[in-house]
Amino acid sequence: MLTHEDIEEILRLLDATPVDELELETEHFKLILRRSASERGGWTQEHETRGEPRVLAAAAEASSAQSAPAPSAPAVAGALEVRAPLLGTFYRSPKPGVAPFVAVGTRVGTNTVVAIIETMKLMNSVYAGVDGQVIEICVADGTAVERDQVLMRLAPPKS
Amino acid sequence: MKIARLFVANRGEIALRILRCAQQLGIETVLGASDADLDSVPARVADHCVRIGAGPAARSYLNLDAVVAAARSVHADALHPGYGFLSENAALARACDAAGIVFVGPAAATLEAVGDKLAAREHAAASAVPVVPGAAVHSLAECEALIATLGYPVLIKAVGGGGGRGLRRVEAAAQLAAQLELATAEAQAAFGDGRVYVERFVTAGRHIEVQLLGDGRDVVQLGTRDCSVQRRYQKLIEEAPAPALSAALSERITGAALALGRALHYRGAGTVEFLLDAARGEFYFLEVNARIQVEHPVTEMITGVDLIAEQLAIAAGVPLRVRQEQITSCGHALECRVNAEDVEHDMRPSPGRVTRAVFPAGAGVRVDTHIEIGSAVPPFYDSLLAKIIVHAADRGTALERMAESLAACQLAGVAVNVPLHRRILADAEFRRGAVDTGYLTRLRAAA
Repeated sequence: MLTHEDIEEILRLLDATPVDELELETEHFKLILRRSASERGGWTQEHETRGEPRVLAAAAEASSAQSAPAPSAPAVAGALEVRAPLLGTFYRSPKPGVAPFVAVGTRVGTNTVVAIIETMKLMNSVYAGVDGQVIEICVADGTAVERDQVLMRLAPPKS
Repeated sequence: MKIARLFVANRGEIALRILRCAQQLGIETVLGASDADLDSVPARVADHCVRIGAGPAARSYLNLDAVVAAARSVHADALHPGYGFLSENAALARACDAAGIVFVGPAAATLEAVGDKLAAREHAAASAVPVVPGAAVHSLAECEALIATLGYPVLIKAVGGGGGRGLRRVEAAAQLAAQLELATAEAQAAFGDGRVYVERFVTAGRHIEVQLLGDGRDVVQLGTRDCSVQRRYQKLIEEAPAPALSAALSERITGAALALGRALHYRGAGTVEFLLDAARGEFYFLEVNARIQVEHPVTEMITGVDLIAEQLAIAAGVPLRVRQEQITSCGHALECRVNAEDVEHDMRPSPGRVTRAVFPAGAGVRVDTHIEIGSAVPPFYDSLLAKIIVHAADRGTALERMAESLAACQLAGVAVNVPLHRRILADAEFRRGAVDTGYLTRLRAAA
């Protein structure tokens, strides 16, 4: 494996030549160095690590069956939908052991927080986005959801 | 003792950095990886790999029993925890001690003394280092009572945390209940400890920190870093040394860090963070990060000291190899954190698969990354993909070098924050140096 000092050394040598591209390949890696197109000079690097991980038999917990993301529940005529704004883990409550944000029957407004989705360690609030009354929660607490997956259905407010 | 086999209990760029450093030192490496990381670059670079659990961090990288069991199963004689996850968890240090595995980090008692933010404040105060007014809160009512004495705005911080997770700024009473709940949930998710404390928010402060190395007897400081360019308390750009800091003030800050490090009989690599009120020339202790930090390379670039190699030497019982008078600082270094965040959608996290990964290279350029073409960016972990680090004779040249490096950076498949970095590097206020922690919010609001 090359260090950044190794790469600097190679580029110092290449800088003095007309070479624009160097491809270096070993059993462990492939490295492509390219002279960048900008007039200020400079180089770019692209790296590929070769070889398979050598996984030792694990003493850790047995592999828990990964719950496949649930297919979106079938649409209900006239219902409004709350969809996941991003991929992540769906939580119905602000923290474990406390009441969920909403339940079937809860009336919500556009700015009501109805759930949170944890993505990359950040808790993202999910807003209802519309006025209505929760008629169905389509996803179980703590499961992985895809972006745009339907999380809840709401009945439109009776006018 | 000699470390022959090192277990790396982390992922991403820092796992790769530690693996490579250990391999260069002739140490055999074993990576503990979650199911989501079994095909990652670190998993392929490690001499061996052990699966420690499912993708979600709580079931793998935060699962202390699984981590220790994996390290024991491969007969590792040392464990490097990296940063984040369990890196500052005293129970992990104790479990390693009990298993006869050297924990690459401070003593468990030090982790307890500084990992608990409240205890750390007391240690700082006892070393005559000033602290920001605040206290722990256990309920909304207690929080309201405290804020009545502090006044708004306040910061809610995770007692067990760091790295900006579980940290929320509250401007007014109306937001308090919701923000307190979110901060508690985030602290629980990120650190397995939902306790929080509240302190007064200093509106125009700079984030200055000091790198320490200690061997339990002696402590040295490797100068200052400035990490004031932050978004949601996540550092985005770091530099060393801190710019626009008088020699006298710099000496007071490094002196305070040393005093605290010595009082703690600090062992390993650590950082003391301060909030600097530049206008008044006053600084307050924020926290001790009892681990290697994300931004450690900027200090390495200007001092020439390999902090990971020093961590491993100290863990092996070698007395400090660098004396204070031998530590010199040369030039200026900058680091930009490339995160999988969508600039177009309010910096929303962007997991996925990388389809193009071209990074800058050349004189004074270093890229610490675990990302290549085809790399997965799982939704379970933080969004750091790469650190672009540049070093030059002076800050002006380093800024130019960083701007060129950012221009050369091409990533596709996931959205990245490189456009935001380019904008900051082109901004006059940042180029002048000495921005405060509110800078980035103002810059983005001005768009």
